Amino acid sequence: MSAVFEVANLKRSFGGLVVTNDVSLSMAPGDRIALIGPNGAGKTTFVNLVTGNLPPSSGEVRLGGETVTRIDAIGRVRRGLVRSFQVTRLFQDMTPAEHVGLAVLQRDGRAGRLFGSFLNMPEVMAEVSELLEKLGLAELAHRKVREIAYGQQRLLEIAVALALKPKVLLLDEPAAGVPQSDTGRIEQALADLPPDLAVLMIEHDMDLVFRFAKRVIVLAAGTIIFDGLPADVTKDARVREAYLGNYANASHVA
Amino acid sequence: MTLAVNTQTILGRPRGGSFRRDLMGVAVIAVFAAAGYILFPDNLALLTRILSVALLVLALDLVTGYCGVATLGHAAFFGSGAYAAGILSAHYGINDPLLMTLGGIVAGAVAGLLCAVIMLRAHGLPQLVLSIALIYLFHELANKASSWTGGSDGLSGIMPDPVFGLYEFDLFGHTAYFFGVALLLIAFVLLRLVVRSPFGMLCRGIKEDPLRIRAMGASPNAALAKMYVISGAVAGTGGALSAISTQVVALDALSFTQSAEALVMLVLGGTGSLFGALAGTLIFMLFEDYVSAANPFHWLTMVGALLIAVVLFAPKGIYGTAAAYFTRRGEANR
Repeated sequence: MSAVFEVANLKRSFGGLVVTNDVSLSMAPGDRIALIGPNGAGKTTFVNLVTGNLPPSSGEVRLGGETVTRIDAIGRVRRGLVRSFQVTRLFQDMTPAEHVGLAVLQRDGRAGRLFGSFLNMPEVMAEVSELLEKLGLAELAHRKVREIAYGQQRLLEIAVALALKPKVLLLDEPAAGVPQSDTGRIEQALADLPPDLAVLMIEHDMDLVFRFAKRVIVLAAGTIIFDGLPADVTKDARVREAYLGNYANASHVA
Repeated sequence: MTLAVNTQTILGRPRGGSFRRDLMGVAVIAVFAAAGYILFPDNLALLTRILSVALLVLALDLVTGYCGVATLGHAAFFGSGAYAAGILSAHYGINDPLLMTLGGIVAGAVAGLLCAVIMLRAHGLPQLVLSIALIYLFHELANKASSWTGGSDGLSGIMPDPVFGLYEFDLFGHTAYFFGVALLLIAFVLLRLVVRSPFGMLCRGIKEDPLRIRAMGASPNAALAKMYVISGAVAGTGGALSAISTQVVALDALSFTQSAEALVMLVLGGTGSLFGALAGTLIFMLFEDYVSAANPFHWLTMVGALLIAVVLFAPKGIYGTAAAYFTRRGEANR
């Protein structure tokens, strides 16, 4: 299948410090990729470059065949590149129904309407019900977000992202901060993501990575040092070195 | 509960009918308006002034209360509306009060757009400073363009025709008062629609987290600029009402003081609620009028004391705190 999302020779430096160095990757619809790497590997910078929140020093980002390197973050979202946040960013005073309703309306270009309420728009409400139902949030549809549990807030993040009908979904540690008892629900939600959606998940929890990803990319010091099957990642010498530092290879250091 | 096939009912509906609250709001304003007319027939000028300032405070609530943009320059739109309505009458002989009001609405909206373009380039404290700079520029412009505005002498020669050719603006201010009540009711109903609309929801989102809104593919600045235009139009209506009812426009209409007072009234009543804006205006202006007559030497002290008391003990404002109290009690009795 042709690539829906491509990153070519992406580079970014802050002063003399190269934080992302010549990163290239390509994703096809239906891909389930995990991006991992030790602290300071440049994962956050990579996400910011890809989403358009940070301009690259050089390189290109392509979305559905279109070069979007010069298009801002909002434009990229509208073209189908949607992200979720490592720490949930939800509107505390709004309800799950309002979150999903707003996302649906925004996607359809109707979020600027000055009259009416989405509660009275059957086609919007049908979609809102369906998504909240799917993620097990229907009961909480009209509660304020501040009143619902963190695990459920994480699920709502996913619902909001899906309401935007993305082609490519970037999940930034979707299970971070969720108590162990609730991670099952989130894993189920991840397993139920639309099959044609390309998903790139940034994650620390290796158990989750192995259950979710069909392909793993390891980023260290701004460079891709591994791109392959989950089964091979722990065997890779460079990956071990990156995670364990120079201790493992102390004898090789001149 | 019945299980309906209709998808709309699967989720149920949030508590509290909004339409009923709209009707109640209209009824409450009408009752207050009637009470004012009956209780203070000799003081309709003050009541009409309260109505025009209420429109300014409602306008301020749209950007400050609903969108989270703090500004000390909102009287720029009120003044623009007042001068536009006044100049139409005094210089162009357009004396139809409805056309004058329309002029005020347009002028307020244009001023709103202009200020949005400048103010939305900054955030937080620099944005607040920009708003102050803008109100001084507007004030100075009106001062310098004295052939149009009358400068510091004020703009006079405003002579509105009878409303619909029937109701003349009388010396006692009856017509002006009812004209003002009608404008406020119309503005209130329209704004209730706006704050509940998808756009209103978008603005609430922007207030909480503009970055999240961007990640949903919406531009916070575009939405805020739109809200500024709406807010400018509402404040301009208030300005036009003031010009029509008093038949003069003074430089005060465009002043920093007027802007700051509007913010004080909004905080007093409670931000982020149309009722809060109305309650704050009413309480502040009646308090000001009463205390300044009772004790002309210390009235500002008392206004200050009231404000401190509200901010410390009822930080959601008088209306906001009362509403929260009744909501809690309602939930406890459920």
